Amino acid sequence: MRYSVWNLARQALRGHRHWQPAWRDADPAKHYDVIIIGGGGHGLASAYYLARNHDVGRIAVIEKGWLGGGNTGRNTTIVRSNYMLGNNTDFYEWGMKLWEGLSQELNFNVMLSQRGQFNLCHSDAQMDAARRRGNIMRAHGIDAELIDASAVASALPYLDYRDSARFPIYGALYQGRAGTARHDAVAWGYARAADQLGVDIIQNCEVTGYSFQGERVTGVHTSRGHIGAGRVGIAVAGNTGRLAGMAGLRMPIESHVLQAFVTEAVKPCLDHVVGFGASHFYISQSDKGGLVFGGDLDGYNSYAQRGNLPLVEDVIESGVALMPWLSRARLLRHWGGVMDMTLDGSPIIAPTPVDGLYINGGWCYGGFKATPASGWCFAHLLAEGQAHALTEDFNLERFANGRVLDEKGVGPVAWAH
Amino acid sequence: MRIRCPHCGLRSHAEFSYGGDARRQRPAESNADAAVWSDHVFLRDNPRDVHEEYWQHTHGCRVWLQVTRNTATHAISAVSIAADKSESPCNEDEQ
Repeated sequence: MRYSVWNLARQALRGHRHWQPAWRDADPAKHYDVIIIGGGGHGLASAYYLARNHDVGRIAVIEKGWLGGGNTGRNTTIVRSNYMLGNNTDFYEWGMKLWEGLSQELNFNVMLSQRGQFNLCHSDAQMDAARRRGNIMRAHGIDAELIDASAVASALPYLDYRDSARFPIYGALYQGRAGTARHDAVAWGYARAADQLGVDIIQNCEVTGYSFQGERVTGVHTSRGHIGAGRVGIAVAGNTGRLAGMAGLRMPIESHVLQAFVTEAVKPCLDHVVGFGASHFYISQSDKGGLVFGGDLDGYNSYAQRGNLPLVEDVIESGVALMPWLSRARLLRHWGGVMDMTLDGSPIIAPTPVDGLYINGGWCYGGFKATPASGWCFAHLLAEGQAHALTEDFNLERFANGRVLDEKGVGPVAWAH
Repeated sequence: MRIRCPHCGLRSHAEFSYGGDARRQRPAESNADAAVWSDHVFLRDNPRDVHEEYWQHTHGCRVWLQVTRNTATHAISAVSIAADKSESPCNEDEQ
């Protein structure tokens, strides 16, 4: 059923009793041409673009829990494309372009709000780094503006612009097309659109291992029995190490917990996405009114989907240092998601040494914003067997051959990226 | 999460710095195989289970500890002083 004003009115007149489920609750078939493990944004987007752009036959997405129950529902909903190394720049920009047409494409309102993002700079050195980043973005056709403190002050009047401020504001790198999107709607929109193209979405089906014929993967063992597959794609960021481990692979990944926070709803007060340059802190206001923010990883290996209190204190201290009025807001909820932290801080969309097994993971902090581009490029990989031009750098060999994409320049320490 | 430092007692993990997987064995300096080094530097077991890991009591006695902690629950089952462990972080057999 297409969603439209006409259909809304029609269903309203019929008492809203005839809406159809947005997707079928499929039972697993014996065999699929492609199986994608993981029913989050990336897995569902991959299935959608696989069905839309390629001709590969039957496709299934299998998910151990419910759709979007992992990091798709646990992020701070920010979308942007301000990366500067290798494929990162153009890949995230392709994602941004897909975001811009996504609600129409999926016939599902993902509530994209291009409210603009300010990355604040608090020193000459940070201004120089922002200028470099901005120039790289502009050379790739991405919008970026380096603005001075007075221009920041006219847009964000609530910050402290005195020279005596603890972290004086020198200016900001501004991306006007950046913003936020409704995270759950992204999973649901892709699920519904993929379902309409014939993709089977199988929930409550946990993968416990793979079946092989010689060196080649021939399917997955699951809590609902064996399912045969021509090709298997892993899109389970947070748990990539485990799913790859079942095939005997070791990954350049550690799983770490990243916490996020939301306050009670308040009146509109924060019109943009704001990133603090003196500490790791980023904030926006949801359409419902809650102030949504986050900061650093907890900093130790974890699969627990919950963090500890010292990091809560650290993030809130950062926030209050930037916006003292935050101290008056009451925290409503905070939660943790499990990040695939790669050893260079950039993602992996690549074939593995196991024939027929492909990986989409290692998203670190960049997973949500990457969802559409990730799906687009992973679908290409699953269909063609080789990397899309936008993700050639996201291979597994880069760690051994020295072509790492370390945007922050911190070296092989997973929790420092 | 609190870690029982053998010198200082039960302390918040905020006093400690994380040092990562304690099972990784640094190859001998004489080992010139690039693949061995890149595996050591970049690949991890990353278990969702018991994890042997290093923590330094940075804001306390500064000793390096080896902590046995479950990454799925955060439960700590053992803490010892890293230097007392028989396993050396460097693979001396190859030297």
